[in-house]
Amino acid sequence: MRIELVASVALCALTSMALTPIHHSAGGTVAGKVTYTGTPPKMKPIDMAKEPSCAKEHPTPVMNESVVTGPGNALGDVVVYISAGGPASAPPAAQATFDQKGCQYIPHVLALQAGQKLEIRNDDQTSHNIHPLSKVNPEWNKSQPPGAPPIEVAYDKPEFIPVKCNVHPWMHGYFAVLNTSHSAVTGDDGSFSLTGLPPGKYTVTAWQERFGTQSQEVTITGNETAKLDFVLKATEY
Amino acid sequence: MGKSFAIAVSVIALLSAGVFAARIWWLPPDISALGLRIDGQLAETMVFTGVLFVAAQLALAAFVWQSTGRTATIRLFPGGPMPLVGAATAIVGLEVLALVFIGTRVWSQAFLTPAPANAIHIDVQAGQFAFYFRYAGPDGKFGVPHPELINEGESNFFGLDPKNDTAARDDIVSASLVVPVDQPVLLTMHSKDVGHSLFIPQLRLQQDFVPGLIIPVHFTATGITKTEIVCTQLCGLGHYNMRAYFEVLSKDDFAKWLTDQAGQ
Repeated sequence: MRIELVASVALCALTSMALTPIHHSAGGTVAGKVTYTGTPPKMKPIDMAKEPSCAKEHPTPVMNESVVTGPGNALGDVVVYISAGGPASAPPAAQATFDQKGCQYIPHVLALQAGQKLEIRNDDQTSHNIHPLSKVNPEWNKSQPPGAPPIEVAYDKPEFIPVKCNVHPWMHGYFAVLNTSHSAVTGDDGSFSLTGLPPGKYTVTAWQERFGTQSQEVTITGNETAKLDFVLKATEY
Repeated sequence: MGKSFAIAVSVIALLSAGVFAARIWWLPPDISALGLRIDGQLAETMVFTGVLFVAAQLALAAFVWQSTGRTATIRLFPGGPMPLVGAATAIVGLEVLALVFIGTRVWSQAFLTPAPANAIHIDVQAGQFAFYFRYAGPDGKFGVPHPELINEGESNFFGLDPKNDTAARDDIVSASLVVPVDQPVLLTMHSKDVGHSLFIPQLRLQQDFVPGLIIPVHFTATGITKTEIVCTQLCGLGHYNMRAYFEVLSKDDFAKWLTDQAGQ
């Protein structure tokens, strides 16, 4: 009786460990780099003269971020995620944070899971009015004066949502609400890494706000790192 | 009681007229080629209306002073009230008409005369809650705006189509209105959404944006300055925040600024 109890408790513990998303450290990894071919559009500097409190935070003008490139044709701000075949998982307890600072959205592209708590902060000395232009999820827009508490929201359905500020027309970002916790946003070097994948066959998709999406299939058998590169086609206009 | 009322009326009337007569609160120094005439017209209107205002208030005070303590009987003006009201309306009407006719000379210079042929053309778009100014760029031609292509996130504030429209590729879009000194400037003003207004007190220029209309306005700035343009038509939540810089540069500095912008 006693042994049975201990055994069942141990079994429960093991099972719950296997099911928790924290399990990411073990398992396979998909890693690689996103690059572009062709000529990307020339990004223009943003003139924030009308908002001096923001303008003074940028000694050199901030560039438009709709295409972020790095050396070697690297493409930044690309969302890479498991679009099919991924293990189902509950939204992570950790909340995603989207900051308004220097009249910019930080990060420019935020990947989060459907149902995950999202905190939107205003770290500027000016009022913002955040307006995510969602079509599948309910649309809203909220004013956030300086010093106001963070806005807490969650999106229930997967969707790529453009975000704008109703006060500062140049402010622009994206919420990438995904069905998976396995996602990454590339840095300026275009690299990404999706870890903790149990063995299986996956579809991995890369999304860039102007150049669209590209998908590839990959099979993970154990703890190996599968290399996967994406090359998106850039257009100048 | 009646006498102190008469004194109060006189003091208020004289003080408020005095503020204008002494030009304590006046417009900022003008830097517009038409500014002197506009200010002249403004002063003329002030004198016309100011003299009548003070005279009417002092007459009121005098009657109150004189009637204090007396048992008043209300008597009709000889001939009844109609001729009096009629005469007053005619006098005031003639005064307003006279001001309009005199003022039209200046007004037509600013609004009814086309811009000189050598005017620099700047396309102005107002939208919630910012102004954007577009220059034709090195090719001297404006691209055609397509409102459905407006994408502020990609800095395409005017809805240009550089893919298919080569004239649009070098258009310069600025968040500040920058003009050269002593050179006529033509603004074509249009709104992306609701009504807005462009007010530059130094130019004695104020013009509303009306959705659906392209409104031409021209001016010549005669002094080098950097000042603020504010929206003076309540346009929504961020109205208080809708502003831009107005900068008048020397001809050389303007040419350099334009070259710098074209290179971006």
